[in-house]
Amino acid sequence: MKIVILVKQVPEADKVAVDPETGTLIREGVASILNPYCEYALDQAAKLKKDNPELNIEVTAISMGPPQAKIALLRCLELGADKAYLLSDRKFAGSDVWATSTAIKEGIVGLEPNFDLILAGKQAIDGDTAQVPAETAEQLGVPQITYGVDVVINDKRVEVKRETETGYQILSTKMPALVTMSKGSNIRRIPSMQDVLEARKKPLKVVSADDLSIEESKVGLSASPTQVDKIFAPPSKSGGQTIDGSDPKAAARKLFDYLKENKFLRV
Amino acid sequence: MLNVDIETCIGCKICERVCPFAAIIVEPETKKAKVLEGCTLCGTCVGACPVNALSIERKAVSEEEIALYKNVFIWGEWEKKEGKKVIKNVAFELLGKGKELTEKLGESLAVVLPGNDVGHLVPELFHHGADKVYLCEHELLEDYSTDGYTSVIASVIASEKPSIVLYGATPNGRDLAPRIAGRLALGLTADCTGLDINESRQLVQTRPAFGGNIMASILSPYTRPQMSSVRPNVFPKPEADVSKTGVLEEVEVTLKPVSIRTKIIEEIVYHEESINIEEANILVSAGRGIGSKDNLQYIEELAEAVNGTVSGSRPLVDLGWLPHPQQVGQSGKTVAPTLYIALGISGAVQHLVGMTSSDTIVAINKDKEAPIFEVADFGIIGDMFEIIPEFVKIIKEEQAKKAN
Repeated sequence: MKIVILVKQVPEADKVAVDPETGTLIREGVASILNPYCEYALDQAAKLKKDNPELNIEVTAISMGPPQAKIALLRCLELGADKAYLLSDRKFAGSDVWATSTAIKEGIVGLEPNFDLILAGKQAIDGDTAQVPAETAEQLGVPQITYGVDVVINDKRVEVKRETETGYQILSTKMPALVTMSKGSNIRRIPSMQDVLEARKKPLKVVSADDLSIEESKVGLSASPTQVDKIFAPPSKSGGQTIDGSDPKAAARKLFDYLKENKFLRV
Repeated sequence: MLNVDIETCIGCKICERVCPFAAIIVEPETKKAKVLEGCTLCGTCVGACPVNALSIERKAVSEEEIALYKNVFIWGEWEKKEGKKVIKNVAFELLGKGKELTEKLGESLAVVLPGNDVGHLVPELFHHGADKVYLCEHELLEDYSTDGYTSVIASVIASEKPSIVLYGATPNGRDLAPRIAGRLALGLTADCTGLDINESRQLVQTRPAFGGNIMASILSPYTRPQMSSVRPNVFPKPEADVSKTGVLEEVEVTLKPVSIRTKIIEEIVYHEESINIEEANILVSAGRGIGSKDNLQYIEELAEAVNGTVSGSRPLVDLGWLPHPQQVGQSGKTVAPTLYIALGISGAVQHLVGMTSSDTIVAINKDKEAPIFEVADFGIIGDMFEIIPEFVKIIKEEQAKKAN
């Protein structure tokens, strides 16, 4: 059985900011990491491998990005992927959701056409759009289940526990299918020394648009329906009063008075 | 594409410093700017260049083709509450915003309403501003499914040619909208916090990126319809006008069971009251600062005293201390209660984007540097485990006084 994991390298999102005075971006000291939700997808693949030894699951990580995104793929190999491909080409530059999913679809068709299951993170923490996996599934013509928290393989079908607004659903669909993961351990796994050494022996290949015979007109900026018009700092909300709470009794009384004055209390 | 006029470029590196995407550098050898992969044509460098050496070349638009697309469409998302189907608040919120957009465009506002036995929801959509409702009923649309809903809505869009389509960025909205965008090869801007029309009659879609640290305005200049999703509680719900009516068009739906490839095996709903944090008037919200699951009792006690609902930040949900429907923030829900009490929440941007539209924010935190104090209307630097019991005591005393 073949599992494809879609991954993305992202900047540590909360460290990127706009200088409100100059309107320019403050990027100093911001590291690139593997998107945390993608780690959930890797975790799930590792679990499926462990739970279903008879299926001989092979895990392939695929990413699209600049050459340095190889580092994120190396981490995937450390976390249990068997091989990795980086779709990297100047022709992919400036791709929006549609153009990105086109490139990834072509990558999957060209590199792992006989996949059974695609796992992805529910969203990436830089853009937070949660759209690329679903658009990729649509372009591949396979069903999707989003916001998964657990995945079980049941013969030719996949059963997914999915988060909803009010609880959970258990959904089932026939493979090949795509599932996005919204939960995991939240603890960044530290690969063992052996994992790290083994990862360096696993295949990690950089693939260009030409390698996949992708026409230039289908990807990149010119194939992107959406374009960034401008970027600016968010309006800042000014804070109100802050009091010292070292005397809990007095602080509680002040809080009570504040809430009562503003008619939040029914006393 | 972004062009560099090599003759004019003075190699000052301002473009390199201002680029949000690290997509332009000044090469050390040539001392001239060079555009790299990752350029999104955002234009930041063009404005910053002191010698006007940078320019953006954009594709020409076929104005006639774009003019064929008219009117604003909204997905009429509904949910089951206590067994009854009701329109979700976010759909009403979109009707309010949609009305503003159609007034600027001089076009009309329509709702696409797929479902089974949902005709009774139509009048309410008219009352909240819809000029037209496309009612798409079929027994296979009884529950939301990616395949069923994509197929029905995509075909209405393809035949009716709206200029704009809006979706609520709910879990199902975020499952559906990209699927439709994928099918029709359209642009889609997720989680917009602002929508407006510019002088070229384009939809300006504003959304936060990088966890809310940056805002970006996005256009879809060459494709129609322009599609956006909007989180609940971002736009106000319009007042209902029960005298308003509109045009009802019943759309014939042909779906076969095989065309819906995903089956629901089981549905687990938590107690509805306790988890409806999006509609709660007062939220008492806990963060990592509570230290242990047992300490949630302090939060619950306070919630009871002020008649509020308990919510929390992402770490608590990840640790399994709170169920996910109670999570506030970027990866949870956006809330806008009249009062938000943040306890032991430091205020990471991912949390702030989910609650800063609250009318009043109260925060208790030990750390005086916590960013939550920057947005709080009333902040206490102190130990919540000491302050909450005192506060609850005061409430009880006052209640007892009143009762006498």
